[in-house]
Amino acid sequence: MQRIGVFVCWCGSNIAGTVDVAKVAEALKSEPGVVLSTNYQYMCSQAGQEMIKEAVKEHKLTGLVICSCSPRMHEATFRKTAAAAGINPYMVEIANIREQCSWIHKDMEEGTEKAIVLGRTAIAKVNLNAPLTPGESPVTKRALVIGGGIAGIQTALDIADAGFYVDIVEKKPTIGGKMAQLDKTFPTLDCAACILTPKMVDVAQHERIRIFSYSEVESVKGFVGNFDVTIRKKARYVKEDVCTGCGLCTEKCPQKKVPNEFNLGMDNRRAIYIPFAQAVPKVATIDADYCTMLKTGKCGVCSKVCTAKAIDYTQKDEFIEEKYGAIVAATGFNPISMDKFDEFAYSQSKDVITSLEFERLMNAAGPTAGKLLRPSDGVHPHKIVFVQCVGSRCASCAEKGKEYCSKICCMYTAKHAMLTRDKYPDTDVTVFYIDVRTPGKQFDEFYRRAVEEYGVHYIKGMVGKVSPEGNKLIVQGSDLIANKQLKIEADLVVLAAAIEPDKSARPLATMLTASMDTNDFFTEAHPKLRPVESPTAGIFLSGACQGPKDIPETVSQAGAAAAKVIGLLAKDKLTGNPCVAHSDEMMCNGCSSCEKVCPYGAITYSDKEFRGPNRTTLIRRVASVNEAICQGCGCCTVACPSGAMDLKGFASKQIMAEVDAICK
Amino acid sequence: MKVSYFPGCTLKTKAKDLDNYARKCAEVLGVTLEEIPAWQCCGGVFTTSRDEIATKLSSVRALNDAKQKGQPLVSVCSACHNVIKQTNAAMQNDEEFAFKVNNYISPDEYHGETKVYHYLELLRDVIGFDKLKEKVVKPLTGRKIAAYYGCLLLRPGKVMAMDDVENPTIMEDLIRALGAEPVVYAYRNECCGGYIALESKELAKEKSQKVTSNAQEKGAEAIVTACPLCRYNLIKNGTEVPVVYFTELLAEALGIKE
Amino acid sequence: MENSKQNLCNEIVRRSGVNPRKCMKCGKCSGTCPAYDEMEYHPHQFVYMVETGDIEPLLNSKSIYRCLTCFACVDRCPRGVEPAKLVEAVRLAVVREQGKNHLKADDIPELLDEELPQQAIVSALRKYSK
Repeated sequence: MQRIGVFVCWCGSNIAGTVDVAKVAEALKSEPGVVLSTNYQYMCSQAGQEMIKEAVKEHKLTGLVICSCSPRMHEATFRKTAAAAGINPYMVEIANIREQCSWIHKDMEEGTEKAIVLGRTAIAKVNLNAPLTPGESPVTKRALVIGGGIAGIQTALDIADAGFYVDIVEKKPTIGGKMAQLDKTFPTLDCAACILTPKMVDVAQHERIRIFSYSEVESVKGFVGNFDVTIRKKARYVKEDVCTGCGLCTEKCPQKKVPNEFNLGMDNRRAIYIPFAQAVPKVATIDADYCTMLKTGKCGVCSKVCTAKAIDYTQKDEFIEEKYGAIVAATGFNPISMDKFDEFAYSQSKDVITSLEFERLMNAAGPTAGKLLRPSDGVHPHKIVFVQCVGSRCASCAEKGKEYCSKICCMYTAKHAMLTRDKYPDTDVTVFYIDVRTPGKQFDEFYRRAVEEYGVHYIKGMVGKVSPEGNKLIVQGSDLIANKQLKIEADLVVLAAAIEPDKSARPLATMLTASMDTNDFFTEAHPKLRPVESPTAGIFLSGACQGPKDIPETVSQAGAAAAKVIGLLAKDKLTGNPCVAHSDEMMCNGCSSCEKVCPYGAITYSDKEFRGPNRTTLIRRVASVNEAICQGCGCCTVACPSGAMDLKGFASKQIMAEVDAICK
Repeated sequence: MKVSYFPGCTLKTKAKDLDNYARKCAEVLGVTLEEIPAWQCCGGVFTTSRDEIATKLSSVRALNDAKQKGQPLVSVCSACHNVIKQTNAAMQNDEEFAFKVNNYISPDEYHGETKVYHYLELLRDVIGFDKLKEKVVKPLTGRKIAAYYGCLLLRPGKVMAMDDVENPTIMEDLIRALGAEPVVYAYRNECCGGYIALESKELAKEKSQKVTSNAQEKGAEAIVTACPLCRYNLIKNGTEVPVVYFTELLAEALGIKE
Repeated sequence: MENSKQNLCNEIVRRSGVNPRKCMKCGKCSGTCPAYDEMEYHPHQFVYMVETGDIEPLLNSKSIYRCLTCFACVDRCPRGVEPAKLVEAVRLAVVREQGKNHLKADDIPELLDEELPQQAIVSALRKYSK
């Protein structure tokens, strides 16, 4: 018979406000096995934990029921307390009387009644609990970073500097990501390339970092500490280790009409290309969609001019298999398509551009060599209108825009406006805004400087329509302060397009079994306290794949993710979860149902000898569970027709006891 | 194939061309427009208020008639189409409204079962522009035509669900199928002024002129529309450019109209 | 008095199906409105004034007859507020009162011209009269 102690937490007024905690403690006193039932303001505090430890000693408790918040919050805390008091940690059960009770009930009486039932349920379970000891598994001391933008770069550098090996998988031919496309960065206006490219070089030269560029993650198996990953290295038709990056092929290739994605299609590149001068690795790539040789077998110019003999038209996709202890998602973001926002005439006029396109127009390595010229006619624009929140904060229909604030647009628009006025004082700049959001160090000061020192006109209101007329763009919008409808004749209109997670994130999340929100941003294990970890153990989050972020924030988060990875890789062994499946060989009928449903491949079958009647020996095929791989999901226990499979800590009889306690 | 057809008041008087050519072209394309017997005027505009019942009954009766025959309901006039489609959506989605309406059409009950097509949707989704192209005998090669959608054909987008509200292509695709070259311009989905022409000539003038001059500036030789009131406004209040119904253009290409 | 005004306000909200609280005050409706210059109160103000219960000025304003029901504000509003439906509900609150028809049948012959389609007249009557 267990000796159970029940501890009811007030959680300040969080629980005590709608649940009569004294009454709950009193009611649970008479439950079977309970020798002590009490309540306290903050059970999780040090004083609360000491109270539990002393009660264990005084009352010789063998099991604990804590009526408090969600087990996701403090189960670990109380298990530690139990261990410190000398009880097996798995003799602790949490009755969640906060999230599942006080927070959702308004009526004290109802809340109290439900809290008592939940407490009774946990007691019923503890009565059947048995001490469990977790197993251990080794840790592969290598991390995988998926995405080679500034987030992935920073995470990789920090992990590698701590002494661990890191691989970066980047789907584009070069690392660098969005930051490589930016001109200047707010609020200090340093040039993006000047601060990014040295980091790219650091990555390339780091002895513990490998870059798989032009590669994608093909499959992920295993679990924290022991992931098996297959990486597809796409054929770039250039031998990476031979190419010197001289660029001669990219000058001689006769296919000149390939839209240059690095400049967002505002100019053309060749079919063989190096995305930009500081690319890492600085290796050419053949674009198979446009290469005449690959398509028709006739050309071969690049191969002829290559002195290093690096071109290989027969190259095939290559698959690399590697083991990792931790995986970091750093898949980044993209601006949304402007297709559904043609009231701003994006499809009708070349002179309506997105902010990222504007970055390229301002950049010395961009399609206009840094001169601000209109895409339609190459004329310098004298009147520019910036439109904020295009597709952000858009709740009317999900297929059109995004409900969230994209966070970075207010600041980069202020930057664009300021840089324009600085470089071209003859150009008039107007910004239409709904709210100017500048929380960040030196951010509001930066925005005010754009207004006060650089004379950028900020108009509170939204643009309703942009109409190309002649060589002008008629911008019709609200000026809410003046209570007027404005019609501005602009030469260039710049749309601050909302940002969204990269499309590769969703299939990746499926492979990683990492959860996502409805917008396809990765969800964190806890929005405040575990912001860089996925709820899936061993998966970490870096940068805008978790939510819109600017560069300072991305770099901070990237470092935080690295710290978490280092914390994991520094361990020699991981303590597993003892709540794993277990098969009773005597009951197993060898049907393989469990093996088929197991998502982790933790179940295997083998022939075993059993003693039969009259001293005979029988050979039977039975299931066994690899406890290091089993994640305790319980699928097999449901699939098993003979009742042989059970989950330790969540045995069928324990669950039934809980149900009975609720129905009592 | 046979479909129910709601012509509407103006198509019987001032907009006979819209009606006549719609019927003739449909025949050539293998569709018979069967006029709803004893149809009543749709009212010209959809009243968005949820407690407006009587003003929507004519639409519901027409929709119900088509339902009885098991046919989709087709209209050509943008206004009729807008009223009927919005009414149909309200009958599907607003239970309280549908309950009240059904009291009037008892013993029948109607809950938005009829599929509502604009004639353009009939061409695109039922006949298909590719099939239509095959029937063209006099392609309008070299002609630069601007489509004018106005507001009623596309909006509200969620209900009309005919095309992208801001970047529609249905009429441009039609123009292309007929061999002409479509002209895209910003004002093609801006209001012509509508019935404000009665109240404020100036406003109607301002709105219509924006449309016609924008289309002309982009190189249009003619404008096509599906709405009699749009056509009136663009001709009466706009700058000088021919404005015809899309059915006239269609009839020309199919060799029905000289 | 205050109470009856609030009641009318609630009635207008109910009838239109519009929730003015969804408005984030960006002004896109007024930025896109083709009849803006003809209006004393603009679409975003309709939303704000109904939300705050200040509808008396709207009931007395010619603005309610200037909306073209083009639904541009409805489709372009980022929050799905649908201001045009609110304008319509306010107008109905006026024209449904006895003797408050904005357009009378007797006025029509004067407005006619040879080409004017019927559609214009029925639309106007539906909008302006009960």
